[in-house]
Amino acid sequence: MFSKEEIAQRIAKEIKDGYYVNLGIGIPTLVANYIPKGINVVLQSENGLLGMGPFPFEGEEDADLINAGKQTITTLPGSSIFDSAMSFGMIRAQKVDLTILGAMEVSENGDIANWKIPGKMVKGMGGAMDLVASAKNIIVAMQHVNKAGESKLLPKCTLPLTGVKCIKKIVTELAVLDILPEGGFKLLERAPGVGIEFIQQSTAGRLVVEGEIPEMRLD
Amino acid sequence: MINKVVSGAEEAIRDIADGATLMLGGFGLCGIPENCINALVKKQVKQLTCISNNAGVDDFGIGLMLQQRQVKKMISSYVGENAEFERQLLSGELEVDLIPQGTLATRCLAAGYGMPAIFTPAGVGTEVAAGKEIRNFNGKDYLMEYAFDADFAIVKAWKGDTAGNLMFRSTSRNFNPVMAMAGKITIAEVEELVEAGELDPDHIHTPGIYVHRIFQGKDYEKRIEQRTVRKSEV
Repeated sequence: MFSKEEIAQRIAKEIKDGYYVNLGIGIPTLVANYIPKGINVVLQSENGLLGMGPFPFEGEEDADLINAGKQTITTLPGSSIFDSAMSFGMIRAQKVDLTILGAMEVSENGDIANWKIPGKMVKGMGGAMDLVASAKNIIVAMQHVNKAGESKLLPKCTLPLTGVKCIKKIVTELAVLDILPEGGFKLLERAPGVGIEFIQQSTAGRLVVEGEIPEMRLD
Repeated sequence: MINKVVSGAEEAIRDIADGATLMLGGFGLCGIPENCINALVKKQVKQLTCISNNAGVDDFGIGLMLQQRQVKKMISSYVGENAEFERQLLSGELEVDLIPQGTLATRCLAAGYGMPAIFTPAGVGTEVAAGKEIRNFNGKDYLMEYAFDADFAIVKAWKGDTAGNLMFRSTSRNFNPVMAMAGKITIAEVEELVEAGELDPDHIHTPGIYVHRIFQGKDYEKRIEQRTVRKSEV
């Protein structure tokens, strides 16, 4: 079974040279730590920055320079700053190559829910609805089951939706799965030591297993 | 040239009355108009509709206005940092319109560009789409969203001049330039106010035509919401 760091590490392997990438809050933020060496990747922060750098050294924090998670960050050579309308303009115009975000639920037809639990949690969608409605390529990073032990990969989402038919790939602590155009979670890889049966038990939606399923590799 | 310079926040907000619709710039606590928010709290105007990406934290930013029950309705994209907000929302004391962040920004932009509406795919197929007109362009559905109509836009800039021209610094730019364009009356508080002519026209982010009142703010706290650092490399 993979840790959050290992989920992030596996997702980082999907990032290619020259990509502009938007990372959501949570596990997606960790992906920045594992971007393969030797490739050039520009991170977009939707509050208005391209070229997000690492956290500042202690004492060098700048209250005017934060990421979309409100964390203090730095710029890098080649960074640029812009306003919120332009930021979502480049997202809507599909200039951003890859979006990685978390989810509470994903359905077998690619719907995602991640912004609201009616009566309990109402934090808002932030930029997630804009991102999932426009992104060319979206990977969801999440736990396969919730804290109550219920599957988050469902035939149909039960929570209010963030977007419809938009998710292409999911990486969890158990598996890597693609969402098939005709619907269904196609099992691509399993975490080391995790059996197909266990993945099947943890997946409420339709799981498609064809042929040999290799173990995930992080190198 | 029209005199746009006012003495401070109190004079800048003098005619903001109960029931007004305000836009407030900033992302989280970054680039928020601290001086004007404090003056609004002091003035005790009520029944306000506030358009702002976030709602501050419990004891800073718009959170201060929520504490005083000055806000009737918030139009925001993300409000997760404020417990008092969540309490007022769940108890029904506060009306809230949660909308996608890009939609929020672009509805400001539309107002400033003189366009009545925009079409965006954000929210199609979700509860955000309820009651909205949907148009299909090139095989994809888009929601029609209206330009905002705000009585006042209140923004924070880094530098400004007496002609109302504004420059922003780093990611404190965020919603400020688009909101500055969108108010019927736009109030700008700046960290440094200079004479017209001192800023390079090539470096202006918001042209003064959009700004009606400007003043040099004071005592900026610039609170950091999530202080994250890495250890120095030895």
